[in-house]
Amino acid sequence: MSAPIEAATPWRRASLAAALFAIDPVGNGVIVRAGPGPVRDAWLGLLVEALPAGAPLRRAPANIADDRLLGGLDITATLRAGRPVAEPGIIAQADGGVLVLAMAERSTQGTAARISSALDRGVVTLARDGFAMEMPARLGVVALDEGQGDDERPPEALVDRMGYWVDLTSIGWREIEGAAYSADELVAARAKLGGVEAEPSVVEALVVVAARLGVASLRAPLFALRAARALAALRGGVRIEDDDVALAASLVLAPRATRMPAEEDDEPEPEPESEPPPPPDDAQEPSDPSEPQDDTMPDLDDLVLAAAQAAIPPDLLARIEAGASRRRKSSSDGKSGAFSISKLRGRPTEARAGTLKEGRLSLVATLRAAAPWQRVRGGESPAVGGNRLQIKPDDFRIVRYRQRRGATTVFILDASGSSAMQRLAEVKGAIELLLADCYIRRDSVALVAFRGRGAEIVLPPTRSTARARRALAGLPAGGGTPIANGLDVALALADQIQHKGQTPLLVLMTDGRANIARDGTPGRPQALQDAIDAGRRIRASGVSALAIDTSPPTSRPDAPSFLIAEAMQAIYVKLPYANATMVNEAVRAAVGS
Amino acid sequence: MSSPFPFSAIVGQESMKLSFMIAAVDPSVGGVLAFGDRGTGKSTAVRALAALLPKMRAVVGCAYNCDPADAAHFCDACKRAKGEPKSALRPAPVVDLPLGATEDRVVGALNLERALANGEKCFEPGLLAQANRGFLYIDEANLLEDHLVDLLLDVAASGVNVVEREGLSVRHPARFVLIGSGNPEEGELRPQLLDRFGLAIDVKTPIDVPSRIEVVRRRDRFERDPAAFHKKWAGEERKLRNKIVSARENLASVATPDSAIERATRLCLALGTDGLRGELTLIRAARALASLEGKSEVGDAQLRRVAPMALSHRLRRNPLDDAGSAVRVERALQEMFAA
Repeated sequence: MSAPIEAATPWRRASLAAALFAIDPVGNGVIVRAGPGPVRDAWLGLLVEALPAGAPLRRAPANIADDRLLGGLDITATLRAGRPVAEPGIIAQADGGVLVLAMAERSTQGTAARISSALDRGVVTLARDGFAMEMPARLGVVALDEGQGDDERPPEALVDRMGYWVDLTSIGWREIEGAAYSADELVAARAKLGGVEAEPSVVEALVVVAARLGVASLRAPLFALRAARALAALRGGVRIEDDDVALAASLVLAPRATRMPAEEDDEPEPEPESEPPPPPDDAQEPSDPSEPQDDTMPDLDDLVLAAAQAAIPPDLLARIEAGASRRRKSSSDGKSGAFSISKLRGRPTEARAGTLKEGRLSLVATLRAAAPWQRVRGGESPAVGGNRLQIKPDDFRIVRYRQRRGATTVFILDASGSSAMQRLAEVKGAIELLLADCYIRRDSVALVAFRGRGAEIVLPPTRSTARARRALAGLPAGGGTPIANGLDVALALADQIQHKGQTPLLVLMTDGRANIARDGTPGRPQALQDAIDAGRRIRASGVSALAIDTSPPTSRPDAPSFLIAEAMQAIYVKLPYANATMVNEAVRAAVGS
Repeated sequence: MSSPFPFSAIVGQESMKLSFMIAAVDPSVGGVLAFGDRGTGKSTAVRALAALLPKMRAVVGCAYNCDPADAAHFCDACKRAKGEPKSALRPAPVVDLPLGATEDRVVGALNLERALANGEKCFEPGLLAQANRGFLYIDEANLLEDHLVDLLLDVAASGVNVVEREGLSVRHPARFVLIGSGNPEEGELRPQLLDRFGLAIDVKTPIDVPSRIEVVRRRDRFERDPAAFHKKWAGEERKLRNKIVSARENLASVATPDSAIERATRLCLALGTDGLRGELTLIRAARALASLEGKSEVGDAQLRRVAPMALSHRLRRNPLDDAGSAVRVERALQEMFAA
C-alpha cells in the first residue's frame, strides 16, 4: 500500500481535515492551533469553500457573554413591539453551519460547557430574561487556538469534543496549496456518507489503537470512525477500507496520543523501543503483508497503529510531561476555581436586580429589564420616536463582579512560657511584617494562640492590620504548651474559612515542646502524641501549612516540632537565628507556592 | 430534539445506572451526583432516564404536575379546585437546567406577556415547577453559579419553592430528585454541597477493550439510524421500565429487619460519617435495591452493593489513611461482612 498522497505534508493533512469536517460537520469540530496570519486565513478560506452552500458561519469571541451566546431579550425589537421579543444567540444562529470560536484558549470553562452542550444535544436551551425556548443548534465548531506552549489550551471539555486537531504553526505560507477537492466532490461525498458501511473490524481497530496510544476518551474512536467514513465517501466508496482507517487514525487519534504504543507490553511484536517515528512516506512499511508475523493476515490494528504512530507529533513526550504537570497543578492548586462574586471589583458577570445602594448600575441590563414595560408605562404612545424611556427602581440591575478570593493566613502562635521566654517578641515582629504583606495582597489574617490549658482564636479573620496589631500586642504569654489544642482550634477555623470559599494557610510557630495533652492533663509524651495526631488531621483536611520552629539552635534534629511539621505535611522552617524578615520570607514562599 | 440513546443500551457503568434506578424507585434517597471522566455517558444516561421513566398521573392543566392521589402536596390551584380533579398520564419530567439560565427562569417570575397584554399579575412557573415530581438535571454542576446552586439545594431539601419577587408571592411544591454531573478537573464541588446529594458515584471510562468497542459500536449505530436502534432496544427498555414500576409498587412492602439497620449503623460508625443522613440514605437505597431485585426484605447483599454510593462522599478524610474513600468503604464492608 502506498503512502497516502493526500496527507503527505502538514498542509495537506490540515486541508484534508478541513474537507472531512466540512463533509460532516454537525456535532464535530476542529481545533486549529495557529497564530493569526495568512496560513490560518488560507485554511479558514478552504473550510468556508468546502462547507455546504449557504451554511452560516458565525464568529464568537472567547469571552462572549451569555446573552450573545445563548440569546436573550432583543431590546430594540422589544421596544418597538411593546412585548418581549427574543433574540437568538450565536449558537442558535450557527444552526446548520459552523461556529468559529476565536481565541479559544482564552475562553472560560463556562463558555466551553455551553457550546459543548449544544454540540452534544443539537439544541440550545434559552432560559433567560423570562424566555423558555429550545432552538435547534445542529452545528460544528472551529476553535481557533492561539495559545503559546502547552499551558495555554482551550478548555478540555471543548477539546474533547473536537474531532480534528490541526496544527498550522509549523506551516509556512509558501506551503499552502489550493483545495484538493472540488465543491462537487464534497457534495457527492456528503450524499454518499449515509451509505458507507463500517465492518466490525474497523471499529475494533480504532478502539484498540486509541487504547494503545493512551487515548482515554471514548469520543476519540467515534470521531475517528466518522473521519474514516467521510474518507470512504470522499473516495466514492461504499465501505470503509483499511487505508481509510489508517488515515483516519493518523488524523484523529495520533494528535491525542498520550504515550508511545511501544509501552504496551502484552504485544509479543518486536517493536523497536525507542525508534523515532518514521517519516510519513514509509509509514505503512512495518506492517507489510510479507512480514512473517502471524499465520493470519496482518492485523488491521497493527496497520492502523503504524499509520497513527507515524503521525504522532515528535514532541509527544515533552507534551505528555507538560500535560501531567498541568493536571497536577490544577488538582492541587487551592486557588483554582476559588472565585467569588463581588460588588466592587473583578471581572463583570451576570447582573442581578438590586438597589443602587448595593453597587453600580448595569445600564444595559437595566434597559433590558425596563424595555418590555415601555408601552404600558408610557400610556398609549410607544416609547420610540423621542419619548423618554421610563425606568422604575424595580428595573435596576446591579453589576456584579467575579474576583479571585483571597487567602487567609492563620497564625498559630505558641504563647506558652517556654516560647515566650525565647522569642515571642521576634515572632510578633514577623507577624507584623506579614500583616503589611497581607494588606498589600488583600489577604486576611487570623490569629490562634495557645497557652496554659487551651487555645483560643485571638483574632478572627480580618483584613484590618490595626486590629491585628492590637491583638498581637495585647497577647499574654506564659504557662503550658497545649499544641494539640492549638492545632485543633486552627483546623476548625480553617474549615470555616474554606466554607466561606477562601483558601486558608496555617502557619504554626512553636518550639514543639508540647506538654499539655488534648484533655488538658500535663505530660510530655501524650502531649506530643496528641499534637502529632492533630497535625495528621490537618494534613488529611488538605489545608496547606507551614511550621516555623522557634526552638533554640541547640535542639537536636529530631526535634518535636519537626515531627509535628511532618505530620501536618507542612513546609518546615527551622530558624536558628530567627528574625522577622526571614519568617516573613518563608511565609511568602509558602503562600506563593 | 431527537429521542435519546436508550438507557438499557448503555454499556457498563453499572453503578451509575443502578443509582439512577434507585432514585427512580425511591426519590427520597435525595439526589445523585455523577462525577467523573469526560465522555463516559453521564449526560447520555440522564437523558436516557427521561425516556425510561414510567408515565405518571397528574392533574390536567396543572403547571406543577400535581398528583391527584396526593392532596397533601397540592399546589394552591389544585387545592382550590372543587371536586375530583381530572387527571391524565404524562411523561415524568426530567428537566435540564442549562448553564446560563437566569434566576427568573429557574424559580419562576412574572409572566411578562400577560402582564403587558392584559395587565394581569400572574406567575409564570419556572424550571423548578416543571421538575416537580420528577428529576432536575444539572450538567457541569461545578460550573453553575453559586447563588443558583444554593437556591436549588434549599428547594430540593424543603420540597417547596417560595417566590417573592416582582410583587409576587408564590409558594408551590417542588419535590424533585436532583441529579448533578461534572468533571472534577474543572473545579471541585464545594464540600457542603457534596453531602446534600444522597448518592454519589465516580464515573470512570471503561478500560477493557471489548466494552470500549461495544460502546463505540452502539453509539455509531445509534447515530446512524436512531429509529432502528430504538426498535432493537425497545424490549429491553420495556423490561427495565416494568422493573421500576413493580419496584415502586413493592417498595412499601419490603421489610427492613433490625439487623440490617444495625449493620448500616455499625458501618457508618466504623467509617465515621457525620450525622444520620448516611444511615438513612444507606437504608433507603438498600431497600429500593431490594425492591428492584424482587426481594421481600433488605439483606446484606443490598447493603454491600449500595454502601459505596451512599457513603463514600460523606467520609471525613482519615489522617491515618491515604486510601481513597471508595477503598475505605470497601475495606469497612469486608471487615464487617467477614465477621
